[in-house]
Amino acid sequence: MTDDQKSLVENMINSDRVFLMMKGTPEMPRCGFSARVVQTLNTLGATYGSFNIFDDYNTMNMIKEHSNWPTTPQLFVDGTLIGGCDIIDELAASGELEKILTPAKKE
Amino acid sequence: MDQILRKLKQAFPGADIELKNTSSMHVGHNAKGMHLKTTICYNGFKGKNLIEQHQMVQKALESELGNEIHALSIKTIIM
Repeated sequence: MTDDQKSLVENMINSDRVFLMMKGTPEMPRCGFSARVVQTLNTLGATYGSFNIFDDYNTMNMIKEHSNWPTTPQLFVDGTLIGGCDIIDELAASGELEKILTPAKKE
Repeated sequence: MDQILRKLKQAFPGADIELKNTSSMHVGHNAKGMHLKTTICYNGFKGKNLIEQHQMVQKALESELGNEIHALSIKTIIM
């Protein structure tokens, strides 16, 4: 992966504090797993940016390489991969996801 | 399926491994390859976060993912 590709990916996943790479859009997910993560985020009232892999497979492949994660969806918070669908389900069930999504309060 | 289970057993010696074919739950969405679900309880997951644990499983099935496996649902448990 070139430096240019790396910064392209990093700019993208940092474009919103919470960022989802998915199949389809939050309004119209095109895969059951992406739909599940969207539903979880919406239930928690999260605001997030998203990238539809069907718009650009090259970028998808770069994100996958950067994350060392072979599948879609991928959820990033503060530019760090939090998980795919299974981990998000698990973190949502334990209540941990809500904590991760809540920005640290300023003292 | 047998070969996939064998690979997992090789990658995670001593682990309790459950592997299910859940393809029938995903009919009508025209993907090649199986939908599988695996639960792995392994002492080698100790000290690793969820991302790293799942990456270990993905790596074990690297050559199958995207080929005979279309989707793999993973649950890891620290033994």
